[in-house]
Amino acid sequence: MKIGVCIKRVPDTETRIKIGADGKSIDESGVKFVLNPFDEYAVEEALKLKEQAGGEVVVVCLGTEASQETIRTALAMGADSGVLLKASAVPLDPLVVARALAAELEQGAFDMILFGKLAIDDYGQAVGTMVAELLGLPSVSAITRLEVTDNTATAQREVEGALEVVEFSLPAVVTAEKGLNEPRYPALRGIMLAKKKPLEIKEVDLDQGGMEVVELTLPPERKAGRIVGEGPDAVPALVDALRNEAKVV
Amino acid sequence: MPHILAVLEQRGGVAKKVSQETLAAARSLADDLECEVHGLLIGPPNMKGDGLGEYGADKVLTSLDGELELYQASRYGQVAAEQATAGEYAAIVVAATSLGKDLGPRIAARLGCTLASDVTGISGSDGIAVSRPAFSGKAIYRIKITTRPCVISIRPNAFSPILTSHPGTIEEVSAGNGGKASDARTVAVKAPEHATMDVAEASIVVSGGRGLREAEHFKLVEELAQALGGAVGASRAVVDAGWRPHAEQVGQTGKTVSPNLYIALGISGAIQHLAGMRTAKVIVAVNKDADAPIFKVADYGIVGDVFEVVPRLTEEIKKAKDG
Ligand SMILES: Cc1cc2nc3c(=O)[nH]c(=O)nc-3n(C[C@H](O)[C@H](O)[C@H](O)COP(=O)(O)OP(=O)(O)OC[C@H]3O[C@@H](n4cnc5c(N)ncnc54)[C@H](O)[C@@H]3O)c2cc1C
Ligand SMILES: Nc1ncnc2c1ncn2[C@@H]1O[C@H](COP(=O)(O)O)[C@@H](O)[C@H]1O
Repeated sequence: MKIGVCIKRVPDTETRIKIGADGKSIDESGVKFVLNPFDEYAVEEALKLKEQAGGEVVVVCLGTEASQETIRTALAMGADSGVLLKASAVPLDPLVVARALAAELEQGAFDMILFGKLAIDDYGQAVGTMVAELLGLPSVSAITRLEVTDNTATAQREVEGALEVVEFSLPAVVTAEKGLNEPRYPALRGIMLAKKKPLEIKEVDLDQGGMEVVELTLPPERKAGRIVGEGPDAVPALVDALRNEAKVV
Repeated sequence: MPHILAVLEQRGGVAKKVSQETLAAARSLADDLECEVHGLLIGPPNMKGDGLGEYGADKVLTSLDGELELYQASRYGQVAAEQATAGEYAAIVVAATSLGKDLGPRIAARLGCTLASDVTGISGSDGIAVSRPAFSGKAIYRIKITTRPCVISIRPNAFSPILTSHPGTIEEVSAGNGGKASDARTVAVKAPEHATMDVAEASIVVSGGRGLREAEHFKLVEELAQALGGAVGASRAVVDAGWRPHAEQVGQTGKTVSPNLYIALGISGAIQHLAGMRTAKVIVAVNKDADAPIFKVADYGIVGDVFEVVPRLTEEIKKAKDG
């Protein structure tokens, strides 16, 4: 089975966001970058599929030169090879990203292509499903369970107040939600091996698409609230505030 | 004159409340652009599109088929994209629910246009511009959308329904051709183990964290949620411990919620948790540690033991509601 996984380099979740000098992007100085947490679930699931059915796992990342490090992380987890679609910047328009990834994936004859549900920087939750549509492949997004038998598969996804069970045939695209699995940590041996695995770099030229960033701002600080009191005796004052001041109860 | 297409959601043939919010967002955009709002409701044959005019739809288009009762991704994508192409639309608005987050990208890819996800503000007074949170809600983009059409998904609870005196008209439209044999098919919708209200949709959310100490103690959280008519949420720590299902997790790797009232019980307020709830209108925290970070974002706080404070709070809420 040939398995593709799309991964993105994103700021670590603990990062304090500072706005850059242009007022339209983040100040990247001092920011630690990591493999997008949802993409870790995708890589893990790909490795499990390979363990089950044999084959190879190829990771694809669209990003700047620095994304090589992110690809090495996935290779250290156990992926076999990587492709960096090297661009000067990653555009915000998800369709531009999806088209670039689809163009690369189309040539790969993949049986299964996995994505994270969401990139925690742009918060788009769009690219995986767009790629599936562009390639004309069946797809299920935000899955928490996957079972593949030969050429058919069943996935589960959590929706508001219910679980959807979806059946499809391969080749197909899925996007991974937390709960799908527990991603493995790269072992020392994996990190050593990763250094020797093939990583191909291809230059891509992208346009901005349909989005023009006007500004990036920090959210309004929540006004400092107040401590109503200590212990259960403070409860009546709280209920009073919720009813008469905030008017939410 | 291009109009706005609002793709609505139904369950069991009845439009969901979030559809009123989708219409409100579409209406405000249409008012700026001086055009009409067309609602598109995809569902089973017994579904009626009535009552939606009042919430801002000039016209409701119904696409009816027995196979469309459940969300069938490919078929819904086909119907919505066909409709978006058949009319001339400046924007297609969907809700950023689990359905809309799947459907929005399908429509955009089929139309070959951009998609702005999880939008919390929208304006059409100088071209179409949106505000949308990014970096786990730690920053907000303001974006001008330069291509037409475009797809916009709106965050639940970010737009309040509006009421108009407009009845609106209803028109039945195509239900598509049934799709390809290779399409993915939703074969079942199962109730989760706890059949409760969903955190992402609820207007009141009561969440519990590790401060509850064990799974059984979540009864306290459930009772308060019930007294308030709200949903139960959880921190990742308790989901990872297996006390609560992942569907209830609030935060960066869980759900993003914007309820009117969010109550955090025994939750420290880690940055990844705040990512999921900082846009709640009113935040209440109960924590025994006066220095817990959650108090920095809470509008009202009680420093105290959840095991003492919560039962009392439930009791007082019940009293207040009865009185
Ligand atoms: C990539 C990544 C993603 C993450 N995503 C999420 C996410 O989506 N959602 C999320 O919630 N977390 C997420 N986390 C985890 C997050 O960092 C915290 O570990 C988690 O939120 C802590 O949960 P908690 O507040 O319940 O527990 P703790 O941090 O242990 O806090 C427990 C609190 O309860 C209080 N307490 C204890 N006993 C009592 C008592 N009797 N009465 C009152 N108060 C009491 C304590 O003072 C403390 O403040 C993520 C982390 C990472 C690295
Ligand atoms: N630049 C990128 N390179 C590779 N994969 C990406 C990129 N951007 C997004 N993806 C994939 O698409 C998923 C959803 O991203 P998004 O739609 O941006 O939230 C991510 O979890 C990745 O799997």
